[in-house]
Amino acid sequence: MVATRKPATGRPVNGKHNYKVIGTRPIRHDGLDKVTGRAIYGADIKLPGLAHGAVLRSPHAHAIIKKVDTSRAEKLAGVYAVITGADMPKADNREVDLGEGAANLKWASNNVMADDKVNYRGQPVAAVAAVDQNTALQALGLIKVDYEVLPAVRDVREAMAKGAPVILSGLVGDDLGKKVKNTNMARHFRHEFGNLDEGFKKSKLVVEHEYELATVHQGYIEPHNATAQWTADNRVTVWTSTQGAFAARRQIAGILRLDDSRVKVIPLEIGGGFGGKIPVYGEPVAAVLSRKCARPVKLLMDRKAVFESTGPTPGGTVKVKIGVDAKGKMLAADADIRFESGGYPGSPVGAGAMCVFAAYNIPNTRIDGYDIVTNKPKSAAYRAPGSTHVAFATEGVVDEIAEKLGMDKIDFRMMNSAKEGTRRADGPIFPKIGHEECLAAAKNSPHWKSKLVKNGPNGKKRGRGIASGYWFNIGLKSVVTISVNTDGTAALVEGSTDIGGSRASIAMQAAEVLGIPAEDVRPVVVDTESIGYTDVTGGSRTCYATGYAAYNAAQSVVSILKERAAKLWDIKSNDVDFKDGVFFNKSDAELKLTFKQLAKKLDETGGPVSATGSVDLSAAGGGYGIHIADVEVDPETGKTDVLRYTAIQDVGRAIHPSYVEGQIQGGAVQGIGWALNEEYFMDQQGRMSNSSFLDYRMPTTLDLPMIETIVLEVPNPIHPFGVRGVGETPIAPPVATIANALYDAVGVRFRQAPMKPGRVMEALAGKK
Amino acid sequence: MAKIPIQFTVNGEPREMMVEPAWTLLRTLRDELLLTGTKEGCSNGNCGACTVLVEGRSVNSCLVLAPEADGLEVTTVEGIARNGKLSHVQEAFVQEGGLQCGFCTPGFIISATALLRRNPNPTEEEIRLNLAGNLCRCTGYDKIIKAVMRASAAMASGGAPAT
Repeated sequence: MVATRKPATGRPVNGKHNYKVIGTRPIRHDGLDKVTGRAIYGADIKLPGLAHGAVLRSPHAHAIIKKVDTSRAEKLAGVYAVITGADMPKADNREVDLGEGAANLKWASNNVMADDKVNYRGQPVAAVAAVDQNTALQALGLIKVDYEVLPAVRDVREAMAKGAPVILSGLVGDDLGKKVKNTNMARHFRHEFGNLDEGFKKSKLVVEHEYELATVHQGYIEPHNATAQWTADNRVTVWTSTQGAFAARRQIAGILRLDDSRVKVIPLEIGGGFGGKIPVYGEPVAAVLSRKCARPVKLLMDRKAVFESTGPTPGGTVKVKIGVDAKGKMLAADADIRFESGGYPGSPVGAGAMCVFAAYNIPNTRIDGYDIVTNKPKSAAYRAPGSTHVAFATEGVVDEIAEKLGMDKIDFRMMNSAKEGTRRADGPIFPKIGHEECLAAAKNSPHWKSKLVKNGPNGKKRGRGIASGYWFNIGLKSVVTISVNTDGTAALVEGSTDIGGSRASIAMQAAEVLGIPAEDVRPVVVDTESIGYTDVTGGSRTCYATGYAAYNAAQSVVSILKERAAKLWDIKSNDVDFKDGVFFNKSDAELKLTFKQLAKKLDETGGPVSATGSVDLSAAGGGYGIHIADVEVDPETGKTDVLRYTAIQDVGRAIHPSYVEGQIQGGAVQGIGWALNEEYFMDQQGRMSNSSFLDYRMPTTLDLPMIETIVLEVPNPIHPFGVRGVGETPIAPPVATIANALYDAVGVRFRQAPMKPGRVMEALAGKK
Repeated sequence: MAKIPIQFTVNGEPREMMVEPAWTLLRTLRDELLLTGTKEGCSNGNCGACTVLVEGRSVNSCLVLAPEADGLEVTTVEGIARNGKLSHVQEAFVQEGGLQCGFCTPGFIISATALLRRNPNPTEEEIRLNLAGNLCRCTGYDKIIKAVMRASAAMASGGAPAT
């Protein structure tokens, strides 16, 4: 396939550069396998002697496990092994770093297999390995568990209420540095800057509101899966669909009390994750079953278990107060962010605090964050975790202030926009960022300039909304190895599991350096014994950091090849230059070799050429997005339709514009689902009542218009090609965007998500 | 459970096999015939990842019992490309970037193929209606819809019909 640079379909890619590969749209290297059914995902793995496992899950949201009797299950014909919490190695009570977040190993172990207590419905209490799936399921029915059921704590308000049941008796909460016992509050932290009281005192207008969001799930279509083999030499091999083979290895080894190097994780293709496939679930359980029955064991999760025991992203509350002077300049801002962590501590409230005021330049700020344990599944990252929540609040308040001041929505944001040199409210000073560029592009967009007819057919009401969103992006560790083939192509080995086209975007960055077409770089994602440590595919870091490692590896290849050319021409290697894929002698223009020609001469100039690039990037380049939505509300039913949607985003550099657009569209649509439909319905006992794709209603093709994208390139100064990271920012603005559009349509400010038909009807009735 | 014999055609090849009455067509294709291109996302007909063609119609194979496939013709994603050549739909999905993680892709390829066989020139609305039984969480559907439009255009411009 020839890489051709064709214009983005109606979407300008406006960075000016002379790249040959970057900015083109070659076919992804794994495309063929994925449209023909050949790609192997975790559930597709087959091994000789494979046993099939199943997991017994708690029917109660909160209960003490008094006794587990597995004797009848063990006696069932075809059952190879039964385990409970008692079979799990006692994991250390310590934290391990997973790249995007950390995990306490004891809690991580209890989360995959409870010991004496269950903290959410769906938490595993026992597991079986058997000759086939049906036998394993039958055996589960023979396990008897005695529970002492406790009252369930269903959200942050209940958890913080006086006299609330304490979920984790061993939890020592950290309240601004003070240790607290008998609490569900794992952590309360604060970022403070300037003089908040003074700022509000000087303000001519202060707006304050509390926002509330329901728990939602990442909703990847592939359920979790894990196959493990524990061999007699005390080594464990795990085949799984994961966002990070090394992060999985660290968690598995920690839970099993093994050295990292005793666990080999083989990452198979992954069917979506969005943060939810960073934690391990079945992997250590399959390993312990395998040790007990001396066979490989495969565990597949069903959809109900995916909803009830993985993910989700936290529900919670966000209170935001912003003060402005008479001209509209923001003087002070205060935020109180409370996220449920689920059954064990560790919600993304820290990330929410980093994002809450990141779009604006505000001299006096205070941000309080609370991480609160509740009887729900342990929360996991979900695409810009925490950022959607805080944007809902901040952008709602910002919209209201602009309205009260009689200012244009974009001008007001522009006037207060963060830019290079602005201090983010939690400390860092921004390098070059693109929020102002996004606002300018929004103002100039065909969508914003178009006229919206406010009255739809049959009494339907239309409105337009706009909101900003931010994600900081992360860097961290990546390793890439490039080997030159004598036919003039290159093999690229990486540790970043490819969740949405990153093989292509990494290979393209190497191809750009090597001066060869993208198709001539063959990328492969390998296991934890075949490449150096690489952090998770998460935090929008892969194209940025693994791309940087690929750049470094390719640069090393070029410098080795310069030596080879020098050898051929009998000159010094600094007399060789390399440009546009051609090596040439600086002082004799006649002496030149293309990459392909030189690759053919490897054997006569010293043998194979391979090089490794390794990075550990402490900083990244933050990404901003502005979304615009036109909605139409049916006052008869309360249903909201999205008529038109535009997402504007600064990506730094769009390596593969199609995949950049795809990330933006996908993130926007997840956000639209979050805004309008999606939520965990919890009953009084803390049981989720909508744990299927039918009842947990994610957007389908019929719920959406085309998502227009405007991709901006404000290069990230600390990446060789200017990459910022793309994937997460687009889920930050949608909930706020839809809320602001609904206000424009019906004159009600919604401060609870989802803005479902019932809620819209109630609001309209209240208005009358 | 006692197994019973079935005969059916899978991707053009006649198959005779013994199946348990409770096996789904999906399980039979994936675990017995090793056709793992067809995916299981929800096991109850809501996600469409397991879509296959049965007698040319798109069907959730997780909702069909294997004995019900007796005597019928089944096509999975592995049977869409012919003689190593991608169909218009497959080609359009890779060209348009109509996939990200790729897990829902086989189901979409099948549903789009069924649609274009019935209606080679669908409108955007018809495409959205016919693909509404397939969930994708990565793409927001935009490039999937465009891929189907592209496949339709490629068929109209004189290529062989989508297989």
